[in-house]
Amino acid sequence: MRSFTYERARTPAEAAASAMRKPDAKFIAGGTNLLDLMKLEIETPAHLIDVNGLALDKIEPTQEGGLRIGALVRNTDLAADTRVRRDYGVLSRALLAGASGQLRNMATTAGNLLQRTRCPYFYDTNQSCNKRKPGSGCAAIGGFSRQHAVVGASEACIATHPSDMAVAMRALDATVETVRPDGATRTIPIAEFYRLPGDTPHIETTLMPGDLITAVTLPKPVGGKQIYRKVRDRASYAFALVSVAAIVQRDGTGRVALGGVAHKPWRVEAAEAQMPNGAKAVAARLLADARPTRENAFKLALAERTLGAVLAEAKG
Amino acid sequence: MKSPSDFELSRRKLLAGSAASIALTAAPSIVNAQVPAVEAAVADVSAEWKVSFTVNGTARGLTLDPRTTLLDSLREHLHLTGTKKGCDHGQCGACTVIVGGRRINSCMTLAVMHEGERITTVEGLGTPENMHPMQAAFVKHDGYQCGYCTPGQICSAVAVLDEIKAGIPSHVSADLNAPPQLSNSELRERMSGNICRCGAYSNIAEAISEVAGRPA
Ligand SMILES: Cc1cc2nc3c(=O)[nH]c(=O)nc-3n(C[C@H](O)[C@H](O)[C@H](O)COP(=O)(O)OP(=O)(O)OC[C@H]3O[C@@H](n4cnc5c(N)ncnc54)[C@H](O)[C@@H]3O)c2cc1C
Ligand code: SF4
Ligand code: FES
Ligand code: FES
Repeated sequence: MRSFTYERARTPAEAAASAMRKPDAKFIAGGTNLLDLMKLEIETPAHLIDVNGLALDKIEPTQEGGLRIGALVRNTDLAADTRVRRDYGVLSRALLAGASGQLRNMATTAGNLLQRTRCPYFYDTNQSCNKRKPGSGCAAIGGFSRQHAVVGASEACIATHPSDMAVAMRALDATVETVRPDGATRTIPIAEFYRLPGDTPHIETTLMPGDLITAVTLPKPVGGKQIYRKVRDRASYAFALVSVAAIVQRDGTGRVALGGVAHKPWRVEAAEAQMPNGAKAVAARLLADARPTRENAFKLALAERTLGAVLAEAKG
Repeated sequence: MKSPSDFELSRRKLLAGSAASIALTAAPSIVNAQVPAVEAAVADVSAEWKVSFTVNGTARGLTLDPRTTLLDSLREHLHLTGTKKGCDHGQCGACTVIVGGRRINSCMTLAVMHEGERITTVEGLGTPENMHPMQAAFVKHDGYQCGYCTPGQICSAVAVLDEIKAGIPSHVSADLNAPPQLSNSELRERMSGNICRCGAYSNIAEAISEVAGRPA
């Protein structure tokens, strides 16, 4: 791990201002992704701003009837919150399907949103990777690409976003709240939070340098059957090959978002109009622009079947 | 064999020494020539930090390079070697300790992030003469072979039973809004962050079930 200076921030504004002032600064929350990458020298911050002392660890009702989740609420606490379990079951389920009990006790809401890809070539510093080292190429294209994206990828990067939580947040239309180094706040709908790789795969979100996430807000509950189905190589403690977050109303309408298939949680609102017509119709629309590799083409059938299982479960 | 702490120490001295010799513009020593200039330049930004926390009921103060993980601070600085380093990347659970009543991977957090906190390691749960019920159950049910994953398994298991008591659901809980069951599948799912290379899983599950007060 490279050397860094360390600081404990006392207020969100101070944290954001410090991040702007110090070159190559990073916030550290749970540390479960950042430290992993720092040990491998994939992330090499010169300054670490510990945000764990900020009072951003509460889940509060909003005036609109939703919930405001502090950036530092641990994944375990979010999944176990009685309001989340009752009204946003898809979020509880997605969180509980991710990582391990120990990791969920440390991992935070903001850190989870900003965790980086699990592309093995991103992790191997001997390989070319445009995300890790812009302009160096992409070893996954033409390499082992079983885990990679089937839709929304580019000539520069075919990585997926690994978060389960973010897929549920996308289905729930969450918004991300930030504070900027000058103290100004911003509200970013999750649909506009993640970027597709394009030719700048190292820029993953629409956050600006120094932006600190303070909270994630959920709109008023929408009811329906809420299901998160994750398909992976082991039954527990593994990342998704394909996952489906679904909210299905009694009349068969609803929302679906897919994980494991793209550089961001994949939701196409137009595909949701097909929900009463069944999984095949929804998948056809959701993945209309898919360009899989030979190794990950199985994800197309897997996504359709997982959707089918979820829609059947919602009816039952 | 040198322990990692000896290595860290000598590396740090080496860096500090080389930075100092640059400052004095002495003729480059062999040591100096071997250290890339960038490393020498960053050596002084890694200022040491003081941190104090309570480990197994005893207040401890340490002065650390901020890069030191909680795991390394326990093993290399406090010489509590019960907690093990398996993968050092959050993947195996061998380093599990209980901080503020919750189990975490001590390899994935920095020691300086735990100012003022209460840490329990396997040594704090019980002693060979006065074992914690979970430790006794692991012995009785042969919940290990080589024993390397065992301290992490035991710390994790103790916390798992508390999590179930606190009503925290898991991936296999059928009803999110009902209190979680103490079933075998619940225990297995909750323990999935602790890998046992020897495959002692069924005996581990039996040990935990006994402490939980149900047949495996
Ligand atoms: C073995 C293993 C298995 C895993 N399995 C899964 C899985 O199955 N599913 C899944 O979804 N995840 C999984 N994870 C990933 C885990 O969920 C993430 O590591 C975790 O959510 C990151 O949160 P954190 O608080 O620890 O983030 P950190 O590591 O502290 O930070 C991550 C990033 O977020 C930034 N950041 C943190 N807080 C803020 C803030 N308030 N504002 C702006 N930036 C911020 C940091 O600067 C950093 O860049 C796994 C991890 C491991 C190690
Ligand atoms: S897919 Fe993206 S992250 Fe993986 S090697 Fe290519 S550029 Fe890097
Ligand atoms: S050593 Fe910490 S999880 Fe493996
Ligand atoms: S007993 Fe050997 S790794 Fe578990």
